[in-house]
Amino acid sequence: MTTGQTAFTRRDMLRAIGLIAGAGALYQAMTALGHAAESQFAGVPDLSGAPRGARVVVLGAGLAGLLAAYELERAGYAVQVLEYQNRPGGRNWTLRGGDTYTELGGAAQTVRFTAGNYLNPGPWRISHHHRAILHYCRAFNVRLEPFIQFNNNAFVHATHAFDGRPQRYRDVAADFHGNVASLLATAINTGGLDHAVTQEDRERLMEALKGWGTLDDSLAYRKGLHVSGQRSYARPPGAGADGAPLPSDLLPFHDVLDPVVWKTMKFFTSYDMQPTMFQPVGGMDMIGKAFASRLPHQITLNAKVTAIAQDEKGVTVRWADTRSAAVHETTADWCVCTLPLSILSQVDIQVSAAKTAAISAVPYASHAKIGLEFRRRFWEEDEAIYGGISFTDQEIALVSYPNDNFHASGPAVLLGAFALGRGGFDLAGMTPEERIEAALKQGEKIHPQYRKEFMSGASVAWSRVPWMLGCRARWGEADRAAHYQNLVAMEGRIVLAGDHASYMAGWQEGALLSSLDAIRQLHHRATAA
Amino acid sequence: MRWPGRILLLLACAWGTVGPACAQTQGPVAEGAVIYRQICQACHMKGGTGAIGAGKVPALAHNARLAIAAYPATIVAQGRGGMPWFSDILSPAQIAAVVNYVRTHFGNHYQDALDAQAVEAMLGSKKVDDH
Repeated sequence: MTTGQTAFTRRDMLRAIGLIAGAGALYQAMTALGHAAESQFAGVPDLSGAPRGARVVVLGAGLAGLLAAYELERAGYAVQVLEYQNRPGGRNWTLRGGDTYTELGGAAQTVRFTAGNYLNPGPWRISHHHRAILHYCRAFNVRLEPFIQFNNNAFVHATHAFDGRPQRYRDVAADFHGNVASLLATAINTGGLDHAVTQEDRERLMEALKGWGTLDDSLAYRKGLHVSGQRSYARPPGAGADGAPLPSDLLPFHDVLDPVVWKTMKFFTSYDMQPTMFQPVGGMDMIGKAFASRLPHQITLNAKVTAIAQDEKGVTVRWADTRSAAVHETTADWCVCTLPLSILSQVDIQVSAAKTAAISAVPYASHAKIGLEFRRRFWEEDEAIYGGISFTDQEIALVSYPNDNFHASGPAVLLGAFALGRGGFDLAGMTPEERIEAALKQGEKIHPQYRKEFMSGASVAWSRVPWMLGCRARWGEADRAAHYQNLVAMEGRIVLAGDHASYMAGWQEGALLSSLDAIRQLHHRATAA
Repeated sequence: MRWPGRILLLLACAWGTVGPACAQTQGPVAEGAVIYRQICQACHMKGGTGAIGAGKVPALAHNARLAIAAYPATIVAQGRGGMPWFSDILSPAQIAAVVNYVRTHFGNHYQDALDAQAVEAMLGSKKVDDH
């Protein structure tokens, strides 16, 4: 094969497809050529040939805005970023001891965690198939460690099952599988599936059910050492005279059918949640800080955007300094606007009626997180839980254990609530002190050590985050069909980006993919003249 | 003894985990108060004061836009701007209860009460999260 200059290489072809047809088409082409897999990340778009001196104003310094600023600046554009907060990063955020946070309504918290401990109030885990954010972690040398999503030894707690006592995931899952296998095997034996499955497949299915469910010869799921090998023992295998294991009692099937059991099982196998997952060492904000450190002069903090206008010559953004109230205007050739729609829908922006309707069509979910610091790692020391998540049907929804520094002595912080839906609203409506009390009251049903070992806590209820007014975009089916394309298409000199302009709302990967698509559109238009 | 009993019940419900089921055992005003505390207060704040950050959460206190009951009821059911729809977690009777509560508290004095049937007619097409 020729390597001459005129040869149209595979790389050239992919670049051409990406430039003309967009990341989606590029991704499909790459998949056809055996390159990419999973997330639609297909590399950073080719931004070569940026017009000399072209200026871009980026609104918002969350991950979408930071990526746009970083890549456009590298490509030769002159970039200015306007950010409402007094820090870059947006929801890519970590709270540590000494940090202060004032929520909507004025309630202020000073975090009192011990040095080295932290809470990620926003995103806290990165999937192995989130290729864009992993790309930037690698490029910026942001160290990652495993986020232990799935832990067989963590708890499942149901208020109305098992007498309210938390159960180990391994026991409830084994009993769920075993009982279902036994019922299905019995149905086959009594002809219940004759109409649905061929004779040959009935035999194969029967073999699978007996093996998978650890059934005995009568097709029963019964207490015994083989079944205990799939769940746990009353006395685990050991050595010496009393080394023989003793089987554990099974849980009542009625209780095993409590919804929290199958919901927990389903959670761990869902596409978004499948291991391997990662977290940055030391806190999620390492990623935002890595971006921001590469934009030392481009970011203006404490800037509240009030109006965005455009004409055939350029873009004008009006903003107020939140400290002095002085009003400023920034002009540029292009604008990447990453403001959350909950905010942008209240800003005077000069776009079409269709785009305005799209901006106003997307409400935001209310999530709340609470970090609790305890004197010691009782979950490790007393319960052999090393990382992972216990689920409950109470409003706190879960308890998630630190995935780092195992066996360390001294205080540690766990995530004592990640409330969604109704629970998210309820916790948000409380004072910070009331939230901590709710987290302790609900969490001690799983870990009775809570009250004795508790030191301090911090909470972030996203409905009351002044720069978000919610946690993440919540697209309705009909709204997506009516408005999504209008939202993501560049209009004149303005293009929107952020996780709300993706199919991955609430994931950093969605923000980055959206931003990559936005700067591809911007560059295409800027170089088309 | 009737009122202290009701208030205690109300407080117990407000701190429980399953508000509406609990609230149904009481009068509609108490139910509206519980729903306000457990859902609306997250954004509209205690006393319906609203709040201002990078954007604004409208105040419900002394709000002339509440004069026509259908206006707040439709917004609670279908959402508006950054505010989500609640027809998936509140029944028409519960939407009526919380709208009636807000329209008769926080300095609002609108006495025409909504009922479940009236709200039912305002629900529009059912909103569903897309995935």
